[in-house]
Amino acid sequence: MTTVTGVGTLEAELRARRDGGRKLLVPYVTGGLGDDWVETVRAVAAAGADAIEIGIPFSDPVMDGPVIQAASEQALAAGATPSSILEELRGADVGVPLVVMTYYNIAFHMGHERFAHELVGAGVSGAILPDLPLDEVGPWAVAADEAGVETIMLAAPTAPDERLPRVCERARGFVYAVGLLGVTGERQELADSALVIARRLKAVTDKPVLIGVGVSDAAQAVAACEVADGVVMGTSVVRRMLEGAGPIGVAAFVAEVRAALDE
Amino acid sequence: MALPEPSAEGRFGTFGGRFVPETLVPACAELETAFREAWVDPAFRTELDDLLRDYAGRPSPLTECHRLSDHLGLRLLLKREDLNHTGSHKINNVLGQALLARRMGKSRLVAETGAGQHGVASATAAALMGMECVVFMGEVDIERQALNVFRMKLLGAEVLPASSGSRTLKDAVNEAMRDWVATVETTHYCLGSAMGPHPYPWMVREFHTVIGQEASAQCQALLGGPPDVVTACVGGGSNAIGIFSGFVDTPAELVGVEPAGGAAVGRGVPGVVHGSKSYLLQDEWGQVSEAHSISAGLDYPGVGPEHSHLASIGRARYESVTDAEVIDAFQLLSRTEGIIPALEPAHALAWVVRDKAALAGRTVLLNLSGRGDKDVAQMMDILG
Repeated sequence: MTTVTGVGTLEAELRARRDGGRKLLVPYVTGGLGDDWVETVRAVAAAGADAIEIGIPFSDPVMDGPVIQAASEQALAAGATPSSILEELRGADVGVPLVVMTYYNIAFHMGHERFAHELVGAGVSGAILPDLPLDEVGPWAVAADEAGVETIMLAAPTAPDERLPRVCERARGFVYAVGLLGVTGERQELADSALVIARRLKAVTDKPVLIGVGVSDAAQAVAACEVADGVVMGTSVVRRMLEGAGPIGVAAFVAEVRAALDE
Repeated sequence: MALPEPSAEGRFGTFGGRFVPETLVPACAELETAFREAWVDPAFRTELDDLLRDYAGRPSPLTECHRLSDHLGLRLLLKREDLNHTGSHKINNVLGQALLARRMGKSRLVAETGAGQHGVASATAAALMGMECVVFMGEVDIERQALNVFRMKLLGAEVLPASSGSRTLKDAVNEAMRDWVATVETTHYCLGSAMGPHPYPWMVREFHTVIGQEASAQCQALLGGPPDVVTACVGGGSNAIGIFSGFVDTPAELVGVEPAGGAAVGRGVPGVVHGSKSYLLQDEWGQVSEAHSISAGLDYPGVGPEHSHLASIGRARYESVTDAEVIDAFQLLSRTEGIIPALEPAHALAWVVRDKAALAGRTVLLNLSGRGDKDVAQMMDILG
């Protein structure tokens, strides 16, 4: 294991909120999608998000379903780049921790140290790289730890028992429990696999465990939080952005989920 | 073994690896174990060898091109993978992977295809073994390779369009990976080239070493030793790595030929996509570029990691040719030897034609990886 043993700011914040009895809500917003995406980020924070995931679009998002693919393509076509997105976040003053979600080649191409420092400079606390599994994460994780960027690890339903403690040990910020076998996207119901993986993770870690992929509405978020410490909600948010709901419309959805979780 | 096994982490030098979502890591590990066991299991090898002989028609001949050799001023030999069942080298790999899938208890194959050759081969193996088969193909390629789409359907496969991004091979790989993420418990991803996450680049190479082994023996019989030059087209690079494997420990020069619009080794920088680290065409931010080639099978911005390694250590070199040079070579082989090549190996021939002065008097072995039937309609449009 690497140098940092203390708890980072993202994890500390999420732990404090969880330990205060709150269920954690982390919406996902595609960076560079529309002119008002930063406004959407602020509105979502004000509506009760505990942290926000900012998608840096990648040309080949293999973990994403059609909605986030379309959002990524649209943002890229509008000229969004990793640096333009981070630059816009720099002065955003959102009020909750920010985490970027992108694919590994974006970080690899920029260089691990430089990418980590760009994140820190933009006020971003953590990073999720879904195509960088435990066995390959080392070089990035070292650079991220040194820069103070918390690397969130994904834990999949297919993982054997012996793997989960190792994933959790390497995770910073929180552990991202992949709710189902499949890519991001809305589903009719929360998959049984979501609760199973969350239960398996809660048994081996006291880090915050959030379920993502296939958590589609307030009722599913509530169901997920019967086991997990919180949820990541991506497609349901991004679909509303694509449909033109605007910052107010998207924030209304987040507020609805927040209210359901607080009941 | 002429080409060594990759490291435990699936590295060829600094290239390769297993850059996949956590969901797929156990499946890749299971596949590695299954392949490792099968590859040293005489029963598996016998069953595969029997299929390659009795079903695919191996060994494929070595053809000496007398008229074209005279025309070019060199000695040209063709390894005739175009004569295999389904019309290309792809069948070698697919029969191996289908047997492996059955051994792992998986009854569904998912595959990507560019020109359709790997899709047809996958559909064929699925039909032979009674498996379900889904093939993802870019919308652009579905249009330009209509014949192969129909063949796959005839063989009982489902062909699904990849409609995002460049709508070609790269996007078909994305869709196949997305399908596999959702179906990994029952499905084997039958990847069509020597690329992707470990163990694919190694495993696919091993299934194609039969090309190099046969060619090596055939050259020994005909020439008394290796040729001066061994050349093959490179998209992902499976046919090239297959024939290179038979000559890597000889003095023969190894030359991979990429399309000018998809020259990952020639013009790419190291990157990570589709499961491994390799040379990759990308923009200043690491967004993967769209390749552009007349050949749907080579229309890919990346390359298998072992080719990146062979290039970086100087054991193989990589040239690129333009669409116009390929069209000329396609016609030249047809007219001088009565062999209509696929557009993919026509790339290798285009390089030989262009560099004939440097190759004068030398013996060149070219892997003719596929036949041109699938490309005839496209060439009818181009040549008018």
